[in-house]
Amino acid sequence: MSFAPWSLDAASAVLATTCDKPGPILISLQALQEEFGYVHADAVELVAKACNVSRADVHGVLTFYHDLRTTLPAPTTLRICVAEACQAVGSRALVGEVEKAFNTHMGSSNGEVELEPVYCLGNCALGPSAMLNGQLIGRATASGLKKTVQERVGS
Amino acid sequence: MSIKIYVPRDSAVRSIGGDQVAIAIELESVKRGIGISIVRNGSRGALWLEPLVEVETPEGRVAYGPVTLADIESLFDAGFHSGGEHPLSLGKSDDIAWLARQDRVTFARVGVIDPLSLADYQDYGGLIGLRRALAMEGEEIVAEVTQSGLRGRGGAGFPAGIKWRTVMATASDRKYICCNADEGDSGTFADRMLMEGDPFTLLEGMTIAGIAVGATEGVIYVRSEYPDAYATLNRAIDIARESGWLGKGVLGSAHEFDVRTRIGGGSYVCGEETAMLESIEGKRGVVRSKPPLPAIQGLFGKPTVINNVLTLATVPAILAEGAESYMSKGVGRSVGTQVFQLGGNVARGGIVETAFGVTLDALVNDYGAGTLSGRPIRAVQIGGPLGAYFPVASMDVSMDYESLLAAGGMLGHGGIVVFDESVDMVQQAKFAMEFCAVESCGKCTPCRLGSTRGAETIEKIMNGQDVSGNKKLLLDLCEVMTDGSLCAMGGLTPLPVRSAMLHFSEDFDRRARA
Repeated sequence: MSFAPWSLDAASAVLATTCDKPGPILISLQALQEEFGYVHADAVELVAKACNVSRADVHGVLTFYHDLRTTLPAPTTLRICVAEACQAVGSRALVGEVEKAFNTHMGSSNGEVELEPVYCLGNCALGPSAMLNGQLIGRATASGLKKTVQERVGS
Repeated sequence: MSIKIYVPRDSAVRSIGGDQVAIAIELESVKRGIGISIVRNGSRGALWLEPLVEVETPEGRVAYGPVTLADIESLFDAGFHSGGEHPLSLGKSDDIAWLARQDRVTFARVGVIDPLSLADYQDYGGLIGLRRALAMEGEEIVAEVTQSGLRGRGGAGFPAGIKWRTVMATASDRKYICCNADEGDSGTFADRMLMEGDPFTLLEGMTIAGIAVGATEGVIYVRSEYPDAYATLNRAIDIARESGWLGKGVLGSAHEFDVRTRIGGGSYVCGEETAMLESIEGKRGVVRSKPPLPAIQGLFGKPTVINNVLTLATVPAILAEGAESYMSKGVGRSVGTQVFQLGGNVARGGIVETAFGVTLDALVNDYGAGTLSGRPIRAVQIGGPLGAYFPVASMDVSMDYESLLAAGGMLGHGGIVVFDESVDMVQQAKFAMEFCAVESCGKCTPCRLGSTRGAETIEKIMNGQDVSGNKKLLLDLCEVMTDGSLCAMGGLTPLPVRSAMLHFSEDFDRRARA
C-alpha cells in the first residue's frame, strides 16, 4: 500500500472535508491515516484546531482505538485472527509458524511485512483467518500466506 | 440468451478463492464459446460447501460445491452450465437438505439475490413491509413490532417494540435510528453476511423504524474489520437514494429518512451500545452510565433507537407477513427465529436460521456434523467471548434466551464455537481475561484492572502455584467484576472463566499435581 508523504498542507486539505461533520475527531484521524498511513504527531494540534476541541481530546481518541497508529506501517500488513473461533482451529500454532516464516513477531515488522493480531474477522467457519492488506484469507496456513505475500511483492 | 451462473461475493467465499473461481468460469466459457453471465450473489450460508456455484436451469437453480479452480474444466465437460451431473453436484439449491431444513426469515434472501439489485430485492418480497408501514400510523407499527415479540439480537434480548415505544413517546426536534453493526464477537458473522448479501433488508428495517418513531436520520456503525460489508452498504445506500427510497419523500410519501455509515476504530467495546454512541460522536469509546437510556438521550443527546443488524433486518418480514406469523415460531418468550452461526472446529460451519428451541446438539452435531478435525467435541462456547463454555454433557440445552440463562450461559449474538478435545480450558479462561484487558474501555476499575489481575492469577494456576488458593481468589475476582462493572465487558468476562472452572475443573486441578 502506498501513502502520501505527510505534509501540513495536505493534512489541512483532508481535514477540510471532515471537521464540519458531526462528531469529527475520530473521522478526522481516520481520514488522515487513510491518506498518510498513520497519524503524524503534528496532526494532534491540527485536528484540535480544525475541530475546535482540545489537544487532550484528540490525544484521547488517538490512543483509544487500536486501528489508529502513529508510525508508518510496513508495505504489507498481515493480520492474524487470534480470537476463540480461530483458536479452535489452531491459530495459536499458526501465529508461531507465521512469526517464523516472516522472521518477525506479532506487533512488529521485518521491514516488508508487519504482523498484527486481530480479534475476529467474521470468517469463523473457515478459520484460521488472516487479512492481507485488507483482503480476507480463510483456512490460512503459514506456507500459504508466505506464498501469497511473495506473489504480491513480486507483482 | 446467456446462462446465469451464481458465484458468491461474500467475503468468506472470497477468502477461499471465490473471485478466482468466478474469473476462471468466465474465461473457460469464453474459450468454449458458451454465453454466460455471472451474478455475484451473497452466500446461502452453507460455508462448508463454498465456493458454491449455482446455475439457473428451467427446473430451477442447481448447485455445485465446493468448487475449486481445478474443477472448472471438468464442470464444463460435464455440461454443468445446463445442469449436467458432476461429482460436485448438489442437486437443486433449494433441496440441499442442510438449507432446506432451516426456517429462513431474516436470511430469506441472502445468497438468493444479487445483493445490489433493487429489482431482485423486490421480486423476492422486498419493500412490501415498508409499503405497508407507510400506510400505517407510527403507533400501529410499534404495536405490530411489539406484538411480534421480536427481541434484540445483539445479545441483550430486550424487546424491540418497547424500545421503539420509548423513542416514539419522547418528544424531540431530532431522533436517530442507530444500527449496531460492530459485530465483534468471535464466532459471529451473521451481521456481516446479511450486510454483504442483502443490504436493502437492513435499510428497509431502519426506514420502518424511522417512520415508526419519527426519526429522520439513520446511522450504521460498521466495524473496520468488515471492509466488504461497509462498501456494499454504501453502494446500497446510494442506490436507495437514487431510486427515491431514502431521502426526502420516502417512496413518494411525506416521510423523510436517510442513512449514513460510520466505520469503527477496531475497538471491541464499541459494540456496547453507549460506547458505540460515543464513538459515532467521534470520542473515545467509553461506556456511558444508564440512565439516561439512549432511547431518551442517545446519539448527540437525542432519543435514539439502537438495534443490532439482525433485529432491524427482521422488521421488514414482520411488517410484510404480520406479527402473528413471526410469533408462531419459537418457544416461550423467545419467539421467532434465531440466526445461529456455527464456527470454530466444526465440520459443516455456517448460518443456521431456525426457530428458537432447537438443541445445541442438533446444531453442533446434526448441522455441524461434529468437529473439522474429526476428534471428539470437548467444549462449545455460546455467545462470543463473553459467553459460557458448555461441556458435552450439556448438549441437550434448548437454544433460547431463557434456557441458556438457566443453564448458566447466554445466547449473545448467536455464535457457537466448537472446540475439540485438544482444547486447554485454563488457556481459554486466561484468554477471556486477556481479551478483557486489551478491550476494556477503562471506565470501571474491576474491568480495567481486574482483567489483568485475573490473567495473572490464571497464569499462576497454570504454573501450579497454590492452585486451590488462586482458584478461590479467581472466583472472588469474578464476583467483583460481575457486580462492579457497568457493562457486559467486565460484567460477563467472568462467564467464560467461571464456566471453564465449573465444567472443566480437571484442567485446573491437573496443574496442582504437575
